[in-house]
Amino acid sequence: MAKMMYRDAIRNTIFQEMQRDERVVVLGEDVVGGMGTAGGPEAIGGIWSTSTGLYDAFGPDRVIDTPISESAIMGAAGGLALAGKRPVAEIMFADFIGVCMDQLWNQIAKFRYMFGGKSICPAVIRMPCGAGYNAAAQHSQMISQFVTNMPGIKVVMPATPEDACGLLRQAIRDDDPVVFLEHKFLYGTSGEVPDDPDFCIPFGHARLARAGQDATIVASGMMVSYAETAADDLAQDGIGCDVIDLRTTSPLDEEAILDSVEVTGRAVVVDEAPPRCSLATDISSLIAQKAFASLKAPIEMVTPPHTPVPFARELESAYLPSPAKIAAAVRKTLEYR
Amino acid sequence: MQLNREALTRAYRQMKLIREFEERLHEEIQTGEIAGFTHLYCGQEAVAVGVCEHLTERDKIVSTHRGHGHCLAKGCDVDGMMKEIWGSQEGLCNGKGGSMHIADIDKGMLGANGIVGAGAPIAVGAALSNKIDGPDEKGNLAVSIAFSGDGACNQGTTFEAMNLAVVTKAPAIFVFENNHYSEHTGVDYAVGTRQDIASRAEAFGMKVWRADGTDFFAVHDTFREVLEYVRTPGNGPAAVEFDTERFFGHFEGDPQRYRGDGELDRLRAERDCLKIFRKSVTGAALLEDADLDRIDADALQAIEDAVQASRAAARPAPENVLDNVYISY
Ligand SMILES: Cc1ncc(C[n+]2csc(CCOP(=O)(O)OP(=O)(O)O)c2C)c(N)n1
Ligand SMILES: [Mg+2]
Repeated sequence: MAKMMYRDAIRNTIFQEMQRDERVVVLGEDVVGGMGTAGGPEAIGGIWSTSTGLYDAFGPDRVIDTPISESAIMGAAGGLALAGKRPVAEIMFADFIGVCMDQLWNQIAKFRYMFGGKSICPAVIRMPCGAGYNAAAQHSQMISQFVTNMPGIKVVMPATPEDACGLLRQAIRDDDPVVFLEHKFLYGTSGEVPDDPDFCIPFGHARLARAGQDATIVASGMMVSYAETAADDLAQDGIGCDVIDLRTTSPLDEEAILDSVEVTGRAVVVDEAPPRCSLATDISSLIAQKAFASLKAPIEMVTPPHTPVPFARELESAYLPSPAKIAAAVRKTLEYR
Repeated sequence: MQLNREALTRAYRQMKLIREFEERLHEEIQTGEIAGFTHLYCGQEAVAVGVCEHLTERDKIVSTHRGHGHCLAKGCDVDGMMKEIWGSQEGLCNGKGGSMHIADIDKGMLGANGIVGAGAPIAVGAALSNKIDGPDEKGNLAVSIAFSGDGACNQGTTFEAMNLAVVTKAPAIFVFENNHYSEHTGVDYAVGTRQDIASRAEAFGMKVWRADGTDFFAVHDTFREVLEYVRTPGNGPAAVEFDTERFFGHFEGDPQRYRGDGELDRLRAERDCLKIFRKSVTGAALLEDADLDRIDADALQAIEDAVQASRAAARPAPENVLDNVYISY
């Protein structure tokens, strides 16, 4: 094990996979940084420091700095993958999915099925996402609801450095297209990461981040740490919570959620996306359909309101879920009669 | 065409106001008081002002992530903008938008934009509206202007917008501000036509102009021609590329390791549009140094007042999150 930041876990995993498999290529805006400038390539290695040193090690054919052209980046990732490579594309902010939706949704997501299983499309699309930086309406969004809704795409939301490593390696080795949602707020968090160069975390297996008998909190990405804080606070008052970190929202580990709710009878679903047609509503409906008999209280959702992400500090914190809001939702399920 | 004293004074005041607005923000951001991403326009003032000084409130502009200069030049309120950047409830957008999303529709400022390349299609839409409204009594169309960077000219949206404007003869003007960088990448690398953006617009079938964007007079004179052309019904769009410089990092906090040795000092010494303006107007005895110094002092004071007002301005309350929506959940 080695202690490292989430961003370094990502960078190192890409580095190791590029060393292991020469089909792995990286592309995106400023992933090299400094191309065509006096400072030269790698003057600034990616704005998230998730691609530092890749260009020096692997050169311009495999580390492709692109102009500001998300449709071309996304589509080229699809083409590289169809042609036998293993692209790891970066869309600098997940919000920019709006620019390149067609290439993801109508192209990459559909190849395998639409071509009757005759193709694979092993593209990884990394998208830094989420709020918390007062970056306002077009640089703060959670987009899990769109991509989870797309048949053909696997969706990963790592919550820890260890998961970032194991899930990214799995994503690169996976034969299906994967949208890899890295929460920007997690980049600076640290944790232990296994040294094993083949450490993979299989998709569709949630992680039990906290264990307790009284309520189930389902979360993903950044929301996991909020749920953990809420669970720890509630534990002080003798309230025990299961915190289920989904890890991947597609495929979804239904069993982990249902098994937990069958024990606790109370469910709180936390989601950073707006409250309609989202992960929160999806998981709530799963629980209502398949664990109805176990429920002792209505399912609670903790989500932002149905608005764009506001800029001002006060507004953004009012907008976002928080440990306090999650704890309050758990208490509400416990108080239900 | 020779500008009169009043017009020269006004142009200088506008440029200086933008400069001081940005220089002050650069300092204030270091203190941590201002949240979010801020992209400063310092160095490019002559473009925004040289263009917008020709416009009326009927004319529309669509801006970019680096929008403060365009907003001020188009007449947005200094205090309202500063308060917005401070995240105040009294800001131009009630603290909802911040630096990247300042808009003032009544002033014809249809919004800064956080999405690179998103502005050009919107400007074409506004231009189509101008076309439907038809010419004024003097036979001139109102125009809509898309400000874009050298980086934005690589987006498909920009290409689509240019072609749409050409085929519909929309009175749109594509103003490309080539400051040689898109984030940390040089224009030589990212723009296949090597520095030249206007030739792309030309290939779409537009009439194009090019000028030195650090020379207010070059911008102003060139843009007069562009405007005369696009205001004439039936001509359709045009594009103009201004060669300009950005004095700060891409965003505040950018370590700028991509710059050459002494590059920023050289740009400040040789390519500063305010210095160039001063030299040229005092050299030609159009304005005195003392006149300009007075404007400098006024601009500084206006910015100081805006900052103090922003510090004192009302903060949004949590319930304001649900303003401007049609739902209550
Ligand atoms: C669709 C989209 N892609 C990428 C970005 C990130 N980004 C913001 S500004 C910028 C560079 C823009 O360069 P340019 O158009 O030359 O404008 P400048 O910053 O020089 O004013 C990039 C890549 C974005 N905001 N939107
Ligand atoms: Mg630029």
